[in-house]
Amino acid sequence: MMKPRIILDSKHFEITVTRLCYQLIEVHNDFSNTVIIGLQPRGIYLAKRIQTKLQEILKKKDIKCGSLDITFYRDDFRKKELVPNRTEIDFIIEDKNVIMVDDVLFTGRTIRAGLDAMLAFGRPNDVELLVLIDRRLSRHLPIQAKYVGKTIDSIISEKVVVEWKETDKSDKVTLISN
Amino acid sequence: MTALSTKHLLGIKDLTPDDINLILDTAESFKEVINRPIKKVPSLRDLTIANLFFENSTRTKLSFELAEKRLSADVINFAASSSSVKKGETLIDTVNNILAMKVDMVVMRHPNPGAAVFLSKHIDAKIVNAGDGAHEHPTQALLDAFSIKQTLGSVKGKKIAIIGDILHSRVALSNIFCLQKLGAEVMVCGPTTLIPKYIESLGVKVENNLRKALEWCDVANMLRIQLERQDIKFFPSLREYTMLFGLNKEILDSLSKKIVVMHPGPINRGVEITSDVADSDQSIILEQVENGVAVRMAVLFLLAGRG
Repeated sequence: MMKPRIILDSKHFEITVTRLCYQLIEVHNDFSNTVIIGLQPRGIYLAKRIQTKLQEILKKKDIKCGSLDITFYRDDFRKKELVPNRTEIDFIIEDKNVIMVDDVLFTGRTIRAGLDAMLAFGRPNDVELLVLIDRRLSRHLPIQAKYVGKTIDSIISEKVVVEWKETDKSDKVTLISN
Repeated sequence: MTALSTKHLLGIKDLTPDDINLILDTAESFKEVINRPIKKVPSLRDLTIANLFFENSTRTKLSFELAEKRLSADVINFAASSSSVKKGETLIDTVNNILAMKVDMVVMRHPNPGAAVFLSKHIDAKIVNAGDGAHEHPTQALLDAFSIKQTLGSVKGKKIAIIGDILHSRVALSNIFCLQKLGAEVMVCGPTTLIPKYIESLGVKVENNLRKALEWCDVANMLRIQLERQDIKFFPSLREYTMLFGLNKEILDSLSKKIVVMHPGPINRGVEITSDVADSDQSIILEQVENGVAVRMAVLFLLAGRG
């Protein structure tokens, strides 16, 4: 096994999240009609981080952020064993601009399931995708992110590991090849 | 843990505590789903489920059917009273004919204990036992445990009294297994004639005095007197039973602490429980019904996930 390659260390991680926030502000101004939805299980950390950072930059406290579990909408159900997580969306997304957030964009299947799952909460005006890492050569579906932390070229057998200081001591993204 | 240790749900006896916890955790996610504006998810859209009811049922049948529909499964219903069973067809023949129509799962209620186990040995489909005679009713026990967990925070260490017709009750047996596996203490209470002779061997306490049982417990699960299963007289009269074992507001209010009142339904108002108790804020009878759908969705989802 090769040595894991660090894609983002904690310093660049912070810079990247901040840059994504300013890109969001460019389009969504004061977030009065925009909500953030993080996909369970790993997208919620980025979603929360972005919410906190945006509130800090915009000096407001009411930016809405929810978490969405997509287990029941997956297309690989029964191919592997899945355990559902919590969905917590305590606002209405009808006619809202939604920023869907996940950590890694890989085949696009998770996002496809996320779009389906979201429809149970209303008809959004507009949906955009934000990811920390885009593995651009691995897509199975025609899905692209509008906001990307970092784009990497990787092969299927490689694995991208995103660590969060909330759960894994420090913020870090590494590429592991088997 | 991410998968059940069993391919069928035949009884609580076959489940491990991990299995039960997995079902209860999954049910929490489904409870959130059924409280959404759109209560449906597409998880089982490629499955067909047959509900075979050889015995009457309202709640369980509707609850299973709703659970299946909210998981997007195709559903066929079968009631013995209006079927060829009356013409002399055997259970295996009936079920094999239904499976020939490409059915993936069977939910069955049957008056004979062991019917679900028997079926699981002879046919190639996943079986969910929705009650077999006076033996087991696993989804009821699971939804009871789920309701206790939602109301009291956990099941472990809680004291639960099951009160009434223990002898004819599949709910009692499944509840005893389920609650003990989750670390609760269980007591059964009723007239001696309605308590099975060797029930202490399951590790439950036995009490013949309603007040003592109520003073001991955190949760009282009141059971119905199953007159349809009683071929001889087990007590002199319903009136006497009500006087000795019926739960009324007077006893409930005189207890030293507030207990939770449950009932698997159908309730016989004025017999084992009075109306003012059944409709009081200590009763979680209707929550049990709501939770039933979520728990059954979890069971079907997890069984379907087992390839």
